[in-house]
Amino acid sequence: MTDSKYFTTTKKGEIFELKAELNSDKKEKKKEAVKKVIASMTVGKDVSALFPDVVNCMQTDNLELKKLVYLYLMNYAKSQPDMAIMAVNTFVKDCEDPNPLIRALAVRTMGCIRVDKITEYLCEPLRKCLKDEDPYVRKTAAVCVAKLHDINAQLVEDQGFLDTLKDLISDSNPMVVANAVAALSEIAESHPNSNLLDLNPQTINKLLTALNECTEWGQIFILDCLANYTPRDDRESQSICERVTPRLSHANSAVVLSAVKVLMKFMEMLPKDLDYYGTLLKKLAPPLVTLLSAEPELQYVALRNINLIVQRRPEILKHEMKVFFVKYNDPIYVKLEKLDIMIRLASQANIAQVLAELKEYATEVDVDFVRKAVRAIGRCAIKVEQSAERCVSTLLDLIQTKVNYVVQEAIVVIKDIFRKYPNKYESVIATLCENLDSLDEPEARAAMIWIVGEYAERIDNADELLESFLEGFHDESTQVQLQLLTAIVKLFLKKPTETQELVQQVLSLATQDSDNPDLRDRGYIYWRLLSTDPVAAKEVVLAEKPLISEETDLIEPTLLEELICHIGTLASVYHKPPSAFVEGSRGVQHKRLPGSAGSGESVESPDVASAPGVSEAPPAVIPSQGDLLGDLLNLDLTPPTTTGPPPPSSGMQMGAMDLLGGGLDSLMGDESEPMGGGFGAAPAAMPASFTAPVSGGLDDLFDLGGGVGMPMGAYSPPKTVWLPAMKAKGLEISGTFARRSGVVQMEMTLTNKAMSVMTDFAIQFNRNSFGLAPAGPLQVLTPLSPNQSIEVTLPLNTVGPVMKMEPLNNLQVAVKNNIDVFYFSCQYPISMLFAEDGKMERQVFLATWKDIPNENESQFQIKDCHLNSDAASNKLQGSNIFTIAKRTVEGQDMLYQSMKLSNGIWLLAELRVQAGNPNYTSLQVSLKCRAPEVSQCVFQSYEAVLKN
Amino acid sequence: MIHSLFLINQSGDIFLEKHWKSVIGRSVCDYFFEAKEKAVDPENVAPVLQTPHHYLISILRGKLFFLSVIQTEVPPLFVIEFLHRVADTFQDYFGDCSEGVIKDNLVTVYELLEEMLDNGFPLATESNVLKEMIRPPTILRSVVNTLTGGSNVGDTLPTGQLSNIPWRRAGVKYTNNEAYFDVIEEIDAILDKSGTTVCAEIQGVIEACVRLTGMPDLTLSFMNPRLLDDVSFHPCVRFKRWESERVLSFIPPDGNFTLMTYHVSSQNLVAIPVYVKQNISFFETGPCGRLDITIGPKQTMGKTVEGLMVTIHMPKAVLSANLTATQGNYSYDLATKVLVWDIGKLNPQKLPNLRGSLSMQAGVPRPEENPSLNIELKIQQLAISGLKVSRLDMYGEKYKPFKGVKYVTKAGKFQVRT
Repeated sequence: MTDSKYFTTTKKGEIFELKAELNSDKKEKKKEAVKKVIASMTVGKDVSALFPDVVNCMQTDNLELKKLVYLYLMNYAKSQPDMAIMAVNTFVKDCEDPNPLIRALAVRTMGCIRVDKITEYLCEPLRKCLKDEDPYVRKTAAVCVAKLHDINAQLVEDQGFLDTLKDLISDSNPMVVANAVAALSEIAESHPNSNLLDLNPQTINKLLTALNECTEWGQIFILDCLANYTPRDDRESQSICERVTPRLSHANSAVVLSAVKVLMKFMEMLPKDLDYYGTLLKKLAPPLVTLLSAEPELQYVALRNINLIVQRRPEILKHEMKVFFVKYNDPIYVKLEKLDIMIRLASQANIAQVLAELKEYATEVDVDFVRKAVRAIGRCAIKVEQSAERCVSTLLDLIQTKVNYVVQEAIVVIKDIFRKYPNKYESVIATLCENLDSLDEPEARAAMIWIVGEYAERIDNADELLESFLEGFHDESTQVQLQLLTAIVKLFLKKPTETQELVQQVLSLATQDSDNPDLRDRGYIYWRLLSTDPVAAKEVVLAEKPLISEETDLIEPTLLEELICHIGTLASVYHKPPSAFVEGSRGVQHKRLPGSAGSGESVESPDVASAPGVSEAPPAVIPSQGDLLGDLLNLDLTPPTTTGPPPPSSGMQMGAMDLLGGGLDSLMGDESEPMGGGFGAAPAAMPASFTAPVSGGLDDLFDLGGGVGMPMGAYSPPKTVWLPAMKAKGLEISGTFARRSGVVQMEMTLTNKAMSVMTDFAIQFNRNSFGLAPAGPLQVLTPLSPNQSIEVTLPLNTVGPVMKMEPLNNLQVAVKNNIDVFYFSCQYPISMLFAEDGKMERQVFLATWKDIPNENESQFQIKDCHLNSDAASNKLQGSNIFTIAKRTVEGQDMLYQSMKLSNGIWLLAELRVQAGNPNYTSLQVSLKCRAPEVSQCVFQSYEAVLKN
Repeated sequence: MIHSLFLINQSGDIFLEKHWKSVIGRSVCDYFFEAKEKAVDPENVAPVLQTPHHYLISILRGKLFFLSVIQTEVPPLFVIEFLHRVADTFQDYFGDCSEGVIKDNLVTVYELLEEMLDNGFPLATESNVLKEMIRPPTILRSVVNTLTGGSNVGDTLPTGQLSNIPWRRAGVKYTNNEAYFDVIEEIDAILDKSGTTVCAEIQGVIEACVRLTGMPDLTLSFMNPRLLDDVSFHPCVRFKRWESERVLSFIPPDGNFTLMTYHVSSQNLVAIPVYVKQNISFFETGPCGRLDITIGPKQTMGKTVEGLMVTIHMPKAVLSANLTATQGNYSYDLATKVLVWDIGKLNPQKLPNLRGSLSMQAGVPRPEENPSLNIELKIQQLAISGLKVSRLDMYGEKYKPFKGVKYVTKAGKFQVRT
């Protein structure tokens, strides 16, 4: 007898019949009726009309019937909120039942009824259940807090449930601890800064104890929670690792992966020479390998994570290549991931094996997989130099198969091999040319055209080959058109005599008959270049290209670090930071790996889980779509090459110069793209040669900045990170402000943490309180290679447009490079703006002091400052805060000081120093100014100057 | 946490939905159907899909998709593990995990899902605990329930859930006390054309069936525990003792359970029980090809190889096969292009051979791909890794149980390339 009998009543009066049965006196009949109702509900039939009748059945001592009614209630309470109230009493009563199972069931169900009115009644029973003597009830109640929070967050906070929940972390029962952690984690996700899971060594210890005894699911929650903790030192880190490693032998793969996450993160803090470090590395490999023998879905997630682990610590799996070999009946998503990892693990030691495998895969059935396998061979060639020759011959073998898509992929990767090893394998060009006709995919065609253009001097009939492509020029994709244009220009520069006609043809096709702006611009540039100065053209077009490296497909180091902290999560599957895609979790915090031990900063390194510092305003990165930046966005961001004065010696016309300055970088940028991976370094040679005279003209500006030094000893705060690399596609900017020889300067360190070269830097400020604006262009003359830093000093003036900012000393900055435009805001110390002529006459001071109304006076205390009045006075003078007079009253030194802001506002101050009393270390500042808004900023400057 | 679950059959019908939080409309599954459409084969649907507002994590079990919907950052492995656990539970309760069976037991299924997950948090997933709360349907019990008005839902607190050993129920009683262990090893291997091992590893599992009264504390020791590269244990196994003494010490759950799984990988030499000589070729001229396969014993440790079966996925162009088998039967399924040769027992004196011609579709180019051979086999009374249980001791109870250990070796993903 099965449940299918409940579906047999499909007659018209079904609801009516059920109603009668539900109101029957017979228990058994009632139960059967409820079952029928539930069965209808599960298949999506609307049985909400029976609500009152079903709820009537709730008051029963039959547990099964009760559960069934509860199931029904959860489903329909939302649509019948008024009716649901009827059930409240029974719930409240059930929460006091002597049977803990009933108590738990009642509180659990109540939490699932997502009706506001009911939640109010839920509070009292929930409070009781959270303190219930039975752990089963407590652990159910813990989850209920999370449910309630989802429905009404404010209520949960007001009722103090969060604190109760935090207390449950110290519960004696591991299951309760696990559920409390799970509930808190879920709540914390919608409150990133609430600091709900305040982890300290004591709670960590409790969690680690509970970890051994709770259910597998609880272990996952606890491990994920542990991963957010930053140990104080390497010893704590090691002891946590030791207690987590047994989880690697758990049967549940999610537990294993969460344990791997904790270990991968805490390992960062262990010194590499520690024996334990080596032991731990060895322990990580077997469980990862075992994950690969599980169901394909689990394998997929495991492989995505292993991909990250292999990039961070290749040593863990370097001997395990074979487990990534592809079986023919693996699902395609597993195959592709395995292939990716095989390439990452490829090394000189195992390359023979890998190549043999890849060749095998290239004859498989699945087209996507075959293509990727062929590409993989090319990547191996680029990664392992010793194998390049073997890879090329393997590729040639594959080309011989004449399978269309294999040939096309092979040609695309051979082009990359040519770029990596120039003048080595060009002998194969003949074979490639044989397959010209079979190429029908744009990428392959573009690759082939690139090869022909690049090696035009070695291919006898290069002109014929290119001409044949030219016939259908307009039908080609843009990628092919651009490549063809460049290739023919190359050919012309190499064999000018025979190909003049051809080049004219292509230039006119590109400039006159095309409506693609990229193509047209490139055509014009080539045209002018060729007609103005063929020698220069040759230098530009045939410039030596930077070699490509295998790193092009690696994940950026900063992103990788963040992803390692997110092992086992969706972020690790998508290889994107959670902030990039997780909905509903506003302001996800970026996680960072802790620094390694011994580097000193590990202790102070920002706690990844703790809330951001409150005292100092952190540099805020402005989201790129901020509306407040409307006017900033409209500002014309010009690359430095065009803003400098035109070189007097240059024979070129201004127009041509403009065209080149603006167009060249885009041209160069474009050109590198079809070559497979945006190497971006192409313009390296170019802007430098144009800007050389410009930089000469600006030398004196530089001298102003660096040469004179700082006789005044003006205070300049240490550099802070203004723009983290995460937010700016790999560009990190840290900086500070300084006033040197009367000029305000912005001193920045630009670091390229991306994989590609950065060029064309430019900077603009938004309107700000004091009209700060760059006095010249941003001088970054050489392209910034990956992992390179450059120090830049930008002189500023105060004649720019003015707009009041909040806070007053806030400055919004836009920085542009060849990749994108980035926005950030920073705060400058207002002392930068104190003018050198800020010393007031005594008489004027007195008069002004009296003149300014008392309500404009503000007072501040500077605590813990061990300076006598003379030292303070000297220090302040360095920052253009001038002492005009000094008085001593009752053992206190009173300094009267004045300063003048760049916009002419005078500030008057009285500084009180306890002269003879070393125990009393506070300074008192009274400030008077006609514009009292600046007081706060001035006070900050006082404090900064005096304490440094 | 896990928001909703949809069960979807092969033809793309949603036949069951369960929501643990607010209700999410069925239309969310459209993204999945789209991916399914694109993937062609159901097993190629990516398990994690992103939609504008949700994430869909799915598994394929038998012919059913278990599709879960989540909204926040949740470890995907956690969801996948849980979904497999749901499927295992259905299998355990109803003996099968198919659309028909689930529809027949809808109310029980619903009760189970409600008990397994609360607000997206796993609640009770141990089969022992679940069975205490919701009894599996048996014909006898249904009849008794109907007659007496009894219910199939337990009304006592599942005691195991609160003790330190949540996997074992209290008050277990048997008249015959017995403990059986099956050591099952599967060989995953790839052999290349010439028969050389490309890679090989052994996935082992010890399945236990323990029916012992009271609270027995068992210790299982091996002759050669160092053989194992990686182990994962049932939560009942005391990890400390394994680390220090390499013995399995545990209080077992009641009934059937997986005690441990282990992995013997390529670092140790894996014995390959059979060799395969094969030649599959397609002629340049004319629409036909040849096939010739012979299988012989290699490292069988003196045991007999049984249940031998060869499966070949032929290229699409192969229309039919005209073969002769010296042993066993072969069949060629035209629709799926799968050739199956069921051999049975391997006789070392007279090696089985399958040979003949393949006819191809005319006018189609010669297939490029080489079909791989999938081999299935079974060897009784042998753990191919050489693992041996040396003894099983019981503490904590007075009686003497029956004990037994069985070994069997199977081919897992055992492939021969051509």
